[in-house]
Amino acid sequence: MAKQHVSFKLNGKQVDALVEPRELLVHTIRETLSLTGTHIGCETSHCGACTVDLDGKSVKSCTVLAVQADGSELKTVEGLADAGGLHAVQKAFIEEHGLQCGFCTPGMLIRAYRFLQENPNPTEEEIRWGMSGNLCRCTGYQNIVKAVQTAAKTLQQA
Amino acid sequence: MDNTAEVQDREDSLKGVGCSRKRKEDARFVQGTGRYTDDLKLPGMLFADMVRSPYAHARIKSINKEKALALPGVHAVLTAEDLKPLNLHWMPTLAGDVQAVLADEKVHFQYQEVAVVIADDRYIAADAIELVEVEYEELEVLVDAHRAMDDDAPILREDLVGKMDGAHSTRVHNNHIFNWQAGEKEATDRVFEQAEVTVKQDMYYPRVHPCPMETCGCVASFDKINEHLTVHLTSQAPHIVRTVVSMLSGIPESRIRIVSPDIGGGFGNKVGIYPGYVVSIVASIVLGVPVKWVEDRMENISTTAFARDYHMTGEIAADKEGRIKALRVNVLADHGAFDACADPSKFPAGLMHICTGSYDVPVAHLNVDGVYTNKAPGGVAYRCSFRVTEAVYVIERTMDVLAQKLGIDKAEIRRRNFVKVEQFPYKTCLGWELDSGDYHTALEKVLNAVDYDALRKEQQEKRTQGELMGIGLCTFTEIVGAGPSRNCDILGVGMFDSAEIRVHPTGSVMARMGTITQGQGHQTTYAQIIASELGISSDEISIEEGDTDTAPYGLGTYGSRSTPVGGAATAVAARKIRAKAQKIAAHLLEVSENDLEWEVDRFKVKGVPGQEKTMKEVAWAAYNNVPEGMEPGLEAVDYYDPPNFTYPFGIYLCVLDIDKSTGETKVRRFYALDDCGTRINPMIIEGQIHGGLTEGFAVAMGQEMPFDEQGNLLGNTLMDYFVPTFVETPHWETDYTVTPSPHHPLGAKGVAESPHVGSIPCFTSAIVDAFAHLDVTHMDMPHSAYRVWQKVHELGLDKRA
Ligand code: FES
Ligand code: FES
Repeated sequence: MAKQHVSFKLNGKQVDALVEPRELLVHTIRETLSLTGTHIGCETSHCGACTVDLDGKSVKSCTVLAVQADGSELKTVEGLADAGGLHAVQKAFIEEHGLQCGFCTPGMLIRAYRFLQENPNPTEEEIRWGMSGNLCRCTGYQNIVKAVQTAAKTLQQA
Repeated sequence: MDNTAEVQDREDSLKGVGCSRKRKEDARFVQGTGRYTDDLKLPGMLFADMVRSPYAHARIKSINKEKALALPGVHAVLTAEDLKPLNLHWMPTLAGDVQAVLADEKVHFQYQEVAVVIADDRYIAADAIELVEVEYEELEVLVDAHRAMDDDAPILREDLVGKMDGAHSTRVHNNHIFNWQAGEKEATDRVFEQAEVTVKQDMYYPRVHPCPMETCGCVASFDKINEHLTVHLTSQAPHIVRTVVSMLSGIPESRIRIVSPDIGGGFGNKVGIYPGYVVSIVASIVLGVPVKWVEDRMENISTTAFARDYHMTGEIAADKEGRIKALRVNVLADHGAFDACADPSKFPAGLMHICTGSYDVPVAHLNVDGVYTNKAPGGVAYRCSFRVTEAVYVIERTMDVLAQKLGIDKAEIRRRNFVKVEQFPYKTCLGWELDSGDYHTALEKVLNAVDYDALRKEQQEKRTQGELMGIGLCTFTEIVGAGPSRNCDILGVGMFDSAEIRVHPTGSVMARMGTITQGQGHQTTYAQIIASELGISSDEISIEEGDTDTAPYGLGTYGSRSTPVGGAATAVAARKIRAKAQKIAAHLLEVSENDLEWEVDRFKVKGVPGQEKTMKEVAWAAYNNVPEGMEPGLEAVDYYDPPNFTYPFGIYLCVLDIDKSTGETKVRRFYALDDCGTRINPMIIEGQIHGGLTEGFAVAMGQEMPFDEQGNLLGNTLMDYFVPTFVETPHWETDYTVTPSPHHPLGAKGVAESPHVGSIPCFTSAIVDAFAHLDVTHMDMPHSAYRVWQKVHELGLDKRA
């Protein structure tokens, strides 16, 4: 199959890739661009392990074709921390024990990052609904909810 | 600062046992730099994908690989015929049976592995499996375990025809795997005949799947020149994998390296050895390049490691006050097409004989028959310790039924039957020795915390208004930490575990264990154990597991065995180091060893203030100034063979409301008190309990793997298979008591599985309780809205006035 050229901004850097038209964005990110923080738990858009931030929206990268990302701005878990250190959501997940095996964590973090911009001061109920596209088998969610609350507080004070 | 405050400060700075320190593993996970199997990319690596059977029972008439092989990018297509010359078309299971690696002439379950395609990448492999042409002749399918031993039942395992000596007992039918009994049948029957009261309840524990977020997979890499095999794989037991791979391949264990990298949750799913691993290894050996295989979610749910599928009958004989006189449990165990249960070898139904629960049962009999059906093999302990979930379910359900029959409150009937605190260690009539417990105290604590009497009153009022409110109770005892090698082995290897600790000259530590974390936080908790034993901050202690080239041999992590066995090995190894350190300290201080006492992080000369050596000073001396005749260095290894299992317990209480028009359930309150003995990291324990409760909730309220008559699995995606989201998952309240294990070096017991084991019967108890005033004694799981609504409807409760 003839490959297509795609170009997008990934975690602040312009990148280029040659992809098959049918290639899923998650595979391009993980295999061609070697950023393996974004995980695959189902490939059927149920689990959210593959969540990335695409032009300011949370998307499941197993359900987006790489060619659809051409010209976009993408952020993955690897792009959350900056020179100043870990992002508030990352710190909060550690602080509140919001992760165990860590497999769902990148998707959770990138979703929480976007969710707290959509709703900077959420109630517990809003967090539960707002994060419900991401599954976790380890934590029982309670500490993730706490982590999102903690991150919300930190971000509001900043 | 006075002296005690100074000592306390030093103690706190260790972040040792009892401290809710943050996890050492988290920094890399939150940055996306965890390293899971599928993250590994080796030069020249190819990708394997499976051709799977659409039928549950069929003869393979032909396999045509030509079209697949013609596809550019395809390197090989392997079938059973190709594996035969290597004698690898079948492999031994952990349960003494054999399992087809690739279907040999016949398929025995839907989605069984028929052929494997090796291609340049996963897209080409996926295209190629569609091009492999397999012709099947359908055979009669056996789905219903109750029909398995009928005279006219289809023969599933042709390889076993005439072989009536099973691995565990004589087989009485070709679809029979084993009969296994514990306890005294005649004595039990006699008590039943004369009992004042008897109850009997049938119940089905559905087939479910552990479904961790990461599916199973591996990367096999054979180096032809050095004849060395490296396999990275998602295994909860890498050392056992090395032994099995060596036995199967003939490659010496010294030339096999198995690595379990970061694992995205296991819950029992990653204990087994799967065809995907074996064919990847074979393909890598044949092709001389690394081969990766990663199953997708459908393959995961359909083929690797189901759990449960037990048809159980619980019977209790009691007096009129509800005191148990005898227990009888009968089980029909559906083990699928190959018996690949992951249990200690001697126990074909795991530790099911812990089914006497927390109660003082004078006599009991357990009878289990295992049968083959046209379903996937497995039978793993899904977040539990070898069928303990089933055992706890049957006893807890039957206790509720007894309470209901006698009109005694379910908390009260338990109070009357609990093993009393002064009876520990308590020998159960089925042969276990419960190490420690204080059930009465724990029960009262929970009842007070939730104001049980008030809840019952409220329920009374609700009932008069026609509303459905249920209160569930479960008072379970687990058996974890397999196990003493006198009764526990896997393929002949005793179920000990190990730790190797090295103290570096500057006083930091590297330790390796035979277990492997899958989210339990071993890098943190093991470091805490060493910190407290050696007086070195857990910040300076690194833990490594999962690489068979470096870690000491161990049996891995499942059945909550890491803390009871691996944790004990860690403590004992650390104590060996401290004993040596004491000798070195005595030498440095020029006193006798016995003149020294240990205080947090240092040896002090008794009665001589200021005369002391810290562990760090001793560590340095261990490499340059040891007593005459002593070898330098400061390290130790311990292989710990536990004298007994540990028996954590808990009291769980659930309050829920049922919507009569939809059957939907709202869990209003779930209160979980756990006693796991000494608590190493309370934060991690609480996290484990939240997770276990959520998995228990999933099982009780929605998980099942239903099959139609043709053996088609109805629902093997996350669309159909219930994994609760943030929204459905209840809020959890946790509590604890501490009854240390008398035989564990730290007094600790396992904990992560208790919440799964204990919550499931608690949910059923609550659901049934909502209907108990209408003479409902039991409802089978899953308690999905539809099934609950069916009960509502059957009872006519949804009629509008
Ligand atoms: S992998 Fe994309 S949602 Fe599961
Ligand atoms: S931490 Fe393991 S799946 Fe969420």
